[in-house]
Amino acid sequence: MKIFRLSSCILLAIIVLSCKGNSVEPAKIKGQRIAIDEKIEADAEIEKFITPFKEHLNKTLDSTLAYNPRPMVKSDGDLNTAIGNLMADVVMEQTNPVFKSRTGNEIDMVLLNHGGIRSGLNKGNISTRSAYALMPFENEIVVVEISGVKIKEMLTYLERAKTAHPVSGVKITMNQNYKVTSAKINGRKIDEDKTYFVATSDYLQQGGDNMVFFKDPISLNKVDYKLRNAIIDYFKKVDTLKVDKDNRFIRK
Amino acid sequence: MKRRNFIQQTSAATAFIGIGGLSSLSFKPNYKKHITILHTNDVHSHIEAFGPDDSRNPNMGGVARRATLIEQIKNENPNTLLLDAGDIFQGTPYFNFYGGELEFKLMSKMKYDAATIGNHDFDNGIDGLYAQLPHAQFDFISSNYDFSNTVMDGHTQDHKIFTKDGVKIGVFGVGIELEGLVNDSLYKETKYLDPVEVAQDQSRILKEEKNCDLVICLSHLGYKYSSDKISDIKLAQTTENIDLIIGGHTHTFLDKPTVETNKAGKKILVNQVGCYGLYLGRIDFYLDHKNNIEADGLKIEV
Repeated sequence: MKIFRLSSCILLAIIVLSCKGNSVEPAKIKGQRIAIDEKIEADAEIEKFITPFKEHLNKTLDSTLAYNPRPMVKSDGDLNTAIGNLMADVVMEQTNPVFKSRTGNEIDMVLLNHGGIRSGLNKGNISTRSAYALMPFENEIVVVEISGVKIKEMLTYLERAKTAHPVSGVKITMNQNYKVTSAKINGRKIDEDKTYFVATSDYLQQGGDNMVFFKDPISLNKVDYKLRNAIIDYFKKVDTLKVDKDNRFIRK
Repeated sequence: MKRRNFIQQTSAATAFIGIGGLSSLSFKPNYKKHITILHTNDVHSHIEAFGPDDSRNPNMGGVARRATLIEQIKNENPNTLLLDAGDIFQGTPYFNFYGGELEFKLMSKMKYDAATIGNHDFDNGIDGLYAQLPHAQFDFISSNYDFSNTVMDGHTQDHKIFTKDGVKIGVFGVGIELEGLVNDSLYKETKYLDPVEVAQDQSRILKEEKNCDLVICLSHLGYKYSSDKISDIKLAQTTENIDLIIGGHTHTFLDKPTVETNKAGKKILVNQVGCYGLYLGRIDFYLDHKNNIEADGLKIEV
């Protein structure tokens, strides 16, 4: 890292020899990259200008919303992790009342992506800043209505992904070779003739992480609820975070 | 490596003397004009510097330091142009809280001359971008987004010509295809036009019709892809009349500009300085009395 930064002032110089008529006129291009680091003094006027924005931001970001009894990272499980379960359960719990009041239907399951867990959560006080770190993007929660056939495509996707993509409302068991041996929604086997309401992010619905089974759903319901806002609202609601791995998505 | 450098430098110096000696006694290798181009890309709302405990970029970045550096360089050479290649927005709570207001205000204070538009600049919708325009005292240059049916109509320019010390610098801008990358409810009826066609057209207008001495493309296409997707490298190879492409999007950390050969066989520079305001890119053009910067027999020292 040090070497990388020190090498930042490597110069590239191009000597151009321009021949016009009998005279020779040289011209030159030089390129360089200048590291912005602690060796450069901060401009006092700019800092002063930023201060009120920063103070307001920090006051809001750092107020404690909840308590986390133990650290959570996204690498602490095989096919389900405490932090992934938390995120998927938050989406279910926060979105279902909104969705039900608007459509009369209930969300059957939630699927997010493991890559979308952008940070861990430290032990101790949880703030709005923690929610921003966890979910820095502006992704909205959407609820798609898809067929049982598409749910099976989703299972095939999960077999290939071999990744702890966060889920809620579904129980998936795979064998050691990542082949699904059992998959149940609301305690029942997947019915190919039925349709299911799946909550996810707009990013994944549009084919992000190659989740193509979400494309062209039977119905697409926007809930006008940002993933991060759902997390912040949940943090405000609970005193202590539930931080358990469980058997919702396992290999055995 | 050092030895090779030395040999190249020595031979280049020798070449100067040789050619100078052959032509006339009046030959002097001093340049009449000096234009400095400073650039950033993908700053992504990084206002504050990274803290000492940051795992990836400890003590790097920060707008207040960038401001000092820019001022120093402008004091050395007033004939400096300051440009940004897009994705000004999104990445820290400053954006979520203030919607880009602070980013634009700070860029205005640093006297940015122009920026192009990146995909994340649509993150609060095209209306969110439009709402922040009053805070930007610099130009948005975008040549391949057709904003006719949007609120941004009339608020961007296809190109702009800056004149510094009599040198005409034409700048145009190209953005990445938004479909599949940005939710269409955000960019609304923004139409994406083919960047190669637009770049050919704009660079021809700037170089031939407007007689610009330097043509700069501000690009948010991305440096290079393994697929056929259009990139800065591809754009450099398939166009002519561009002298420099300042890129973004792929967060590519180049320690020096890449030299490519364009469609007409001439050299073109492509540069990008990663992201988050960790680096400032600097390209110095030294021009002769005819404002020429290019010719056959290009020599490169690295």
